This record gives sequence, structure tokens and C-alpha cells, in this order.
Amino acid sequence: MSQGLSPIAFLTRTRRPGRIGLTDILSWAWLVLGTLAVLIPVVWAGLSSFKPAAEITRFPPTLLPRAAVQQTVPGFDAPLSLWTVDVDGKSREMAMVRRIGLKAQMVDPSNPGPPVSVDVKSMSPVQRLTIATENYTDPLTRFDFLTFLKNSVFVTFVATLLTLAVNALAAFALSKYRFRGEKAIFVLIISTLMIPLTVVMVPAYLVVVGVGLVDSLWGIIIPTIASPTGVFLLRQYMLTIPDELIEAARVDAASEFRIFWRIVLPLTAPALAVLAIFSVLWRWNDFLWPLIVLSSRENFTLQVGLNAFQGEFSVQWNYILAMTFLSLAPVTVVFLFLQKYITTGIAGTGMK
Amino acid sequence: MSTPKATDLGGRALDFVMGVVEAPINGFERLMGRKRMPYLFLAPNLILFGIFTFLPIAIAVGYAFTGGTGLFVSERPFVGFDNFRQLLQCEDYLRPGSCRESLFWTAVWNTLWFVGFNVAATLLVALVTALILNRAMAARGFFRAMFFYPVLLSPVVIGLIWKWFLDRNGLLNAFLQMLGVPPEIFLLDVGWSRFFVVVVSVWFHMGFYTLILLAGLQAIPKDLYEAAAIDAASPRRTLFRITLPLLGPNLLVVLILLMIRSVQIFDEAWVLTNGGGPGTANSFIVQYIYQMAFGSDLRLFGLASAASVLMGLVLLALTLIQLRLGRKMES
Repeated sequence: MSQGLSPIAFLTRTRRPGRIGLTDILSWAWLVLGTLAVLIPVVWAGLSSFKPAAEITRFPPTLLPRAAVQQTVPGFDAPLSLWTVDVDGKSREMAMVRRIGLKAQMVDPSNPGPPVSVDVKSMSPVQRLTIATENYTDPLTRFDFLTFLKNSVFVTFVATLLTLAVNALAAFALSKYRFRGEKAIFVLIISTLMIPLTVVMVPAYLVVVGVGLVDSLWGIIIPTIASPTGVFLLRQYMLTIPDELIEAARVDAASEFRIFWRIVLPLTAPALAVLAIFSVLWRWNDFLWPLIVLSSRENFTLQVGLNAFQGEFSVQWNYILAMTFLSLAPVTVVFLFLQKYITTGIAGTGMK
Repeated sequence: MSTPKATDLGGRALDFVMGVVEAPINGFERLMGRKRMPYLFLAPNLILFGIFTFLPIAIAVGYAFTGGTGLFVSERPFVGFDNFRQLLQCEDYLRPGSCRESLFWTAVWNTLWFVGFNVAATLLVALVTALILNRAMAARGFFRAMFFYPVLLSPVVIGLIWKWFLDRNGLLNAFLQMLGVPPEIFLLDVGWSRFFVVVVSVWFHMGFYTLILLAGLQAIPKDLYEAAAIDAASPRRTLFRITLPLLGPNLLVVLILLMIRSVQIFDEAWVLTNGGGPGTANSFIVQYIYQMAFGSDLRLFGLASAASVLMGLVLLALTLIQLRLGRKMES
């Protein structure tokens, strides 16, 4: 038996130039199938989000969004639907006036004469590629979707700014000073990584009620600002900034805060960027905590709103999918442009 | 005269804000001395951690020993171990129906099954993908990014996308119909819905674990493989004698991390299964805690806290194992 057939060989062999073995083929098959598995549900939801309400429940479904074509015909008030009809063995497009049982009365749309009676079985609707933009515009204008969007943007933006500021200050103190309790404080902060929200959500809710932040956007911003991941990431980066720079600034009588603001912070920019990307993704995608804290509809974030929507519009998938796509779009854009930072950031810290 | 650019204006505005912020901080420095500044810089962070992380931990344990429906500890009667007794009283732990709190035990068993299948499936898929990506492949960056993409999506979005994919009129049923298989409402079937909760979880998270395992694989010195090649070692031997032993510590860390996260399954399963359905087939521990505390008007905070404490103990044990492994890896 050739070695190429063994699954172990397939997993470990490295490519030899100029020869394509079975292992290469299996590797590529795995990767291509995996890519399809990732893409198909997302792309399918995306294509479906452009389908008109009448089309979305059609089974079996069409791949691309299509809709029945309607046309105004002289002599009729309402627009009539177009059908492909077999008349005398020839196929032609006609507009349907009315339908009676198994017969339909059709007219020629360009030259409406007296209606012709046609067998229903011999006709099929004329469909064209149609993009139902109302799936996107309706939620933004008629429902509360714009409010959810605004809330999510506000929370993501403010929480990220505050996360950067508060954790950069702490990281500065923990990397550039020697003081009593330094190590204990660092360990204390890092140890909070071990406490997942799911374990403390009941008492954390109580605290948020106690400080009067329940059902307010600040109730989901403030408790998430201090981040052990953020402190860790920024501190490790700041440790690499030479202390001589800071000493030189002190000789020039710069205040400590000015040193932080003018020297350390600009030099930490790459780590700040990584934390900013993480923070944006965390806050934008947050679900359980906002679900607990927010109770009135005008305060819902996108994720909580989407969850509420799917309960209410359980059959109106065209709206649900369009809103899902609006919430997915910013993340996808961030990913396309910053993919490298994100993957190296995660590989470097082992956190997400 | 040229007009100032927008960035100049933004910079000036920022300078102005920082000037206002700076004044009191510099005042503090003049008053208390440079040595005290780190405490000031740490203050906002520590205050927030104190209020929103350490205070809840302190309350959490106390809360589990109180009853009633009041929110604040002062309004709640002390009930001793009643909540724990209610959760743990059971004739036969294998049959949730025989337990006093049958919902809790249903959730515990559902979670255990989910953790078992999810950990095994995710680890296998992530390991195979990492081993393949570690070969000198063309387009490695593309595939790595592709598998990682779902990790960034929100659990609600993922739940909805998959719900539509598995819908009665969804793509999977359309595909099955092409093969002549009658359509199935997957999410209303106990077996299928459990199966797809695992599938969705693997789909969602495997990219993250692939990334960590890939980093571990790339840290294995290349000369070991060169030596193996000189010795004409078979690929099987190379995998079991070099790759897997050297990846071992990474694999263990990933295993524990995966277990810690799997025990806490909630968001995507909640959206996908309409809150744990059909019936309680996909009701997990976090969902039980959420429903006891917030889901209904019952507001059984004591019972929910007791369940949180029990889950917290399991997670703590897993975390301690992870830390010990991490320390072993460093030495």
C-alpha cells in the first residue's frame, strides 16, 4: 500500500515541489470544503435578504432573488402580472386579467384586445432578478431598527474610547513605575480573567440596579470598561518602551501625565489599535449582558433588538435576514481590512 | 493663508480636552509628589473592577444562601443551604424527572452531553485544519482568515443565519430534496436540533482554536523534522513522535479552554433553538440560571445564585488545572 493513502501521511507530509500527491489533494479538498461550509450559510442568508416577502418562503427556493413581474396595461387600472403562456404551441408573454378555476383570462400587454381564455397548467409566472430593497429600508424607517443601530453605535464607540483610556492609564502605571503593591495589583487584575460573566451575572445585575444604571446604555458601557485583557496587552507592549525616553522627559520637567499623553501613548499605538479592534467587536456582538440589563425597547442594542425581532416577526424572514446582514456588515468590513492584526493579536495573547 | 485641515482641527480639539484634563492631574502631582502618581493612574481601573467584578463575587456566594424575591441582600431572608438542597435533592441523578428541580438536572445533563460532543468535534476539526495549514500550502493566509471569520460574528447573527439555513424552506432542505430526501424541520426534532447545536458551535469557534494550535505547531523547531527526514522516518512516526508530543501542552490548554467555554454555552444556542427548544432538549445550565433570575416574574435570585456557584466551582477547578498546565509549559 502506498503511504499516500494513509490518513496520517496526509496530515503530516509537506509538499514536494513538482509532485502532487494524494495528500495534497485531500488537504485541498478539506480546505475547500471547509471554506464552502463557512461561506454557504452566510451567503445564502445574504442572497435571501434581498428576496421579496412573497418569494422568500418559496420551496424549493431559487438561488438569486427574483420576483414576479407586473406591468400596467392600457385599459386596466391595477398593474397585471405577466405570465409565459403556451398559445397554439407558441410560447408568449401575456398579462393575466383574472383567474376562474382552472382557466385564466389573459391579454396581450402591448396590444390588449378581448381576453383569451388559457389553461392554468400551461402558464408560468415571468420572473426577473429583483432586489427587494424594502427589506432594508422598511426596518430602518418603520420599525425601531434605527434606534437599535444608534444605541449599538453609541455603546461601541463610547465603550471603546473609555476602554482605551482607562486601561492605558492602568497599564502605564503597571509598566513604568516601581511602587508598593505593584505586583499584587497586577495579579488581582489578571485574576479577573478567570471569572466569567455567567457566574456573576445575578449579583452583577444587582450592583447595576444598586448604582442606578439598570435599563440604561451606561449600564452596559461602564461595567465592561475595565478589561484584564486590555491591561495585560497594553502593559506588555509598554514594557518594551525604553525608560530613558521617560527619564529624559522628566529632566525637561514634563509632568507625569504629559509623559503618558505625549510620549508613551503615541508609542503604544499598535497595541492600542489591537485593543480597539477587540473592544469594537466585543461591544458590537455583546448579547447576554445587554439582554439582562436593558428592558425597554428604546434602549435595545442591535443584538438584543434582533433577538426581539425574531420573536415578533417569526415568519417575516426577509426583514430578519436584512437586519442580520446590516449587523454583520461592519464586522465583515473590519475583518477584511484588519484581518492580519486580529489573527496575530489573538495568536499573541491567546484571548478573544 | 491656507485653511487648516480637518485633522488639525481634530488634533486641536483633542489638545484642548487634554489640557482641561491635565490641569487637575498635574495639581495632584504637585501636591502628592511623583511617587503617588501610579496610584492615581490605576484608580479608575481599580474602582471599576472593585464595583463591577469583585463586589459581585463577594455578593454571589452570600446571595446563594438567601431566599424570597427581594433584590437587595437586606430584603432577603437567610435560608441556609435550602437553595443547594433544592438543586441537589434527587432520587436518581440519571433521571432528571425524579429530581426536585428537574429543570436544573435536565440542563446539567444537556450541558454535559453538549460539552462532550462539542469538545471532541471542535478539537478534531481544529487539529486537522491546523496540521493542514501548517504544511507549506499556497494561500495559507486566505484559508486561515476564512476559517477565522465566523469567530468575529455575533452569536445572535450566527443563530439567525443557521436558523434560516435549517428552515423548512431553507437551503439544506432544498438540497435534500434534490437528492430525493423528504424535507425535515430540523430544529423541531430533538435529535437533529442537538446535533445542529454542536455543528453551529464547531462552525462558530473552530477558527479560534485552529489559530492557537497553528501557533503551537509553528513553534516546533524545523530541524527536528529535518532530522526525521534524514532518518527516513515515516509520516505516521513523525506525527506521533515529534508533532503531537511537542504540541501536547498546547493541546491540553486548548482542551481545557474549550471545556470552560463549552460549559457556558448560551447565546447562539438560545437564538438557534428559540430558547432551548424543542421542549427542554437544548436547555443548558446558563439558560437555567438566566431563566430562574430574569426569564420570568419568579425572580428566583437565590436559586439562580446557588446554581451559579455550583457552575463556578466546576469552572474554577478547570481554570486551576489550566493554570497548572500553563506553569508546566513555561518551565
